[in-house]
Amino acid sequence: MADRDRNPWHRFLALPNESRVKTIGVAFLVSAVSAAFVSGATVLLRPIQSANRAAEEQARIEALVENIPGIGSLLSQAGGTLSTLVVDLTSGRAADGVTPATLDAALSDPANWSALEPEADLAGLGQRPDFAQIFLLRDGSGRVSLVLLPLSGQGYGGRLDAILALRGDMNTIAGIAITGHSETPGLGARIEEASWQASFPGTELRDTAGEMRFRVARGPASGVHEVDGITGATRTGLGVTRMVRFWLGPDGYGRLLDAIDRGEF
Amino acid sequence: MATKSEIWRVLTDPLVRQNPVTLQILGICSALAVTTTLATAVTMSISLTVVLTLAAGLISTIRRHIPETVRLIVQIVIVASLVIVIDQLLKAYFAEVSRALSVYVGLITTNCLVLGRTEAYARHHAPVPAMIDAFGNGLGYSLVLVLIGALRELFGKGELFGYEMLPLADAGGWFEPLSLMLLAPSAFFLLGFLVWAVRSWRPEQVEAPDYTPPGRAEAAE
Repeated sequence: MADRDRNPWHRFLALPNESRVKTIGVAFLVSAVSAAFVSGATVLLRPIQSANRAAEEQARIEALVENIPGIGSLLSQAGGTLSTLVVDLTSGRAADGVTPATLDAALSDPANWSALEPEADLAGLGQRPDFAQIFLLRDGSGRVSLVLLPLSGQGYGGRLDAILALRGDMNTIAGIAITGHSETPGLGARIEEASWQASFPGTELRDTAGEMRFRVARGPASGVHEVDGITGATRTGLGVTRMVRFWLGPDGYGRLLDAIDRGEF
Repeated sequence: MATKSEIWRVLTDPLVRQNPVTLQILGICSALAVTTTLATAVTMSISLTVVLTLAAGLISTIRRHIPETVRLIVQIVIVASLVIVIDQLLKAYFAEVSRALSVYVGLITTNCLVLGRTEAYARHHAPVPAMIDAFGNGLGYSLVLVLIGALRELFGKGELFGYEMLPLADAGGWFEPLSLMLLAPSAFFLLGFLVWAVRSWRPEQVEAPDYTPPGRAEAAE
């Protein structure tokens, strides 16, 4: 029967399982079918996934802005929207030729990332993008009254992502939103809770001498430069401290904040 | 073809009598990690049951053509592909839950339960009984996960599925949440108690001791 069967597929299936051809053939076929299946699913679902991520981040930005007292009137003056801007972190100015639409493409090019020296790398990032997308809100006279800065750093369980809102003096925190983390549920993950984030507004970054003082306290905050710590989440708190200090320091948004202070925006 | 009662036995045996988690102690890594809330436990249970059932069906369909020498690799490739697709589907349509499950959906691949069932059962049986067996085992796993998830969420947060069950002391109620319930050790304790309870109820599940200590010598006068 098998001898008369001209169909190569049937001849292949009729081979003894232990033959070399069949072993390699089955392994190859299973891998090929699986690979096609996985790639197909990934490609088909990717647009939905990125839409989800974008929607989630947008929702958090809106929630952050809404929770800042006194923002509602400013927002309605500005036409209800924040202006979006891509900045060049090295020069502290608006980036030439990179728009929010082309930012992802620019950041997929390794040439647009700067390696960080270990002593400067407070947030444990290893490298930093040269461009970042920020959001500005202006008051009636055109001065910047609020700026939203995306931050990222290293927590206890993994990467932390946050958006920090600064008031027009570029020194007073107006609020924070945590957009991504993988901290321990019930302990470090409480950085997501509004009750913890509520201690950020009004906190100041630097003292009068310009020295960075911000930190997440161990226990209740003492002084205007600290926010409350979370019991059992010292490492997460440290991660937040380092993230804020790095990004608002000279290697992060420092030049940009100086430029805004000088009224260049 | 198997009789109806036999199919019923294959389906219901893994629920308690042969429960993969409490009797065989398989798949407990994920059982501990994803049971902090009921919603994640239920999602994980559904994902595992789907993967297990589909993998059993696929492997059983090609069981006569899997070469003995590469059978584990073939099985893992099939399981891993299914897991990746499920993970992508969760990310697309249940983004919130998928974030809570983080890497544990991906780790279904290495869940001993999946490979255990395909290796021990699906490889020797026709697709339909193999899928029934896999589905039964998935249900047995889900039963344990949902039970532990419910206990942990109830006593750790005073909620079930995110709805308040016990009014929290913070919000003017009387219930002081047990933070320990949200940490991995509590799942070990609960699982231990569960195994103890099941084996007290069904003593035939108790394993013979591996080692009997020598009888105590009479105290010397």
